[in-house]
Amino acid sequence: MAFQKIKNVKISGMAACVPKNIVDNSTLEMIGTKQERSKFIDLTGIAKRHTVGNNKICTSDLCFQASERLVADLNWSKDEIDCLLFVSQTPDYMVPATSCILQDRLGLSTDCFALDISLGCSGWVYGLATIAQLLSSGSFNKALLLVGDTVSVTKSSRDKGTFPLFGDAGTATALEYIQHASPMFFHTGTDGSNHKAIIIEDGGFRNFFTKDSLTVKESAPGVFRNNLQTHLNGTDVFIFGITKAPQSIKKLLQNFNIDREDIDYYILHQANKLMNEKIRKKISAAVEKVPYSLDEYGNTSSATIPLTIVTRLNKEVRTSKQKIVCSGFGVGLSWGSVYFEIDKIVCPEIIIYNTNF
Amino acid sequence: MQQKFILLVKETLEIENREIRMSDTFRDFDEWDSLGLLTMIGIIDEEYNVIIEGKAFQELQTIQDIYNYILEQNL
Repeated sequence: MAFQKIKNVKISGMAACVPKNIVDNSTLEMIGTKQERSKFIDLTGIAKRHTVGNNKICTSDLCFQASERLVADLNWSKDEIDCLLFVSQTPDYMVPATSCILQDRLGLSTDCFALDISLGCSGWVYGLATIAQLLSSGSFNKALLLVGDTVSVTKSSRDKGTFPLFGDAGTATALEYIQHASPMFFHTGTDGSNHKAIIIEDGGFRNFFTKDSLTVKESAPGVFRNNLQTHLNGTDVFIFGITKAPQSIKKLLQNFNIDREDIDYYILHQANKLMNEKIRKKISAAVEKVPYSLDEYGNTSSATIPLTIVTRLNKEVRTSKQKIVCSGFGVGLSWGSVYFEIDKIVCPEIIIYNTNF
Repeated sequence: MQQKFILLVKETLEIENREIRMSDTFRDFDEWDSLGLLTMIGIIDEEYNVIIEGKAFQELQTIQDIYNYILEQNL
């Protein structure tokens, strides 16, 4: 089924961590002349991005610091946390799963259920649906959903249509089993026929890493990259986004009889302003109901939805009840939308990664 | 209709201080780039409710070609 109604699960907190290093697109010469850079920022909405640079910071490092802070602020005891999901396409290793490493690093009980999920832009919504289903039956008590990516590392610095769009971030969402918590509603979809629209071709088991994987080729006019770097078909992904995301949100609201007037905020995956504004118009959402974090953080893949809530709705979610629709769409191709209510959750301000932690 | 479409293309690609014709090859415009392509696809979807897929767009050369494509889809 494309639709899910999940009961007895409460979102208790959210935190996000970004690297300290900032790349300013207004001075990034690869984009072009000063005028071209200004036009780029205007159309994409991406002025700056936090990236790991050459600091060897992994997604799990960012998620770890977000989790430590969140668990402390929630006053949760580590041994109460019995479920951990890590959603990312930039794991620590090919093998083993990063969630296992994080179980130990966070000091969680060895009775913990730990699982990795490989999804990008739709990842937070899919992770939330998965962890909520696991909690809903009462089999687990408290859970951490760790979602993020260091996608900047996977982009070629000679691909000007891709490189300046992406930033890095790690997030943590805390959930617990609470009987009679307000239900969450989901709509999800998948279309693998277009899996090559966003792909890293080599380094997996279909195409092993070889010396040739490192050869830089001109994959499209003016686009230079090797096969360990992301290929992104901007046109296909754009059309996919402006078609599927509004459809998914409309189906979700229709199927569960959710009144548009009741929705406080729509949090869209932060792809780029051009795409997101089209989606916003198609769902007839007012500008003030659709916050952006693109300007400061760019597209951080799976992390954009919680990152936008933490940075742009921090006070709102800490101090009052909010009815929120989120929609993620991208690599896979995969998409999903969720409606939930959150009431005075724990939400620390954005954490800047501390290298001396 | 055609005049409205010409204006739309000019606005979308931010072409100022010169006229363009239906027979012009838009790919030769200085203002044409990958972001221009996405903006065009988005505007055409918004104004005419027609999505031109990437592959289909590659076949189009002149402004007239885009216009004809939209007309065909709207038949």
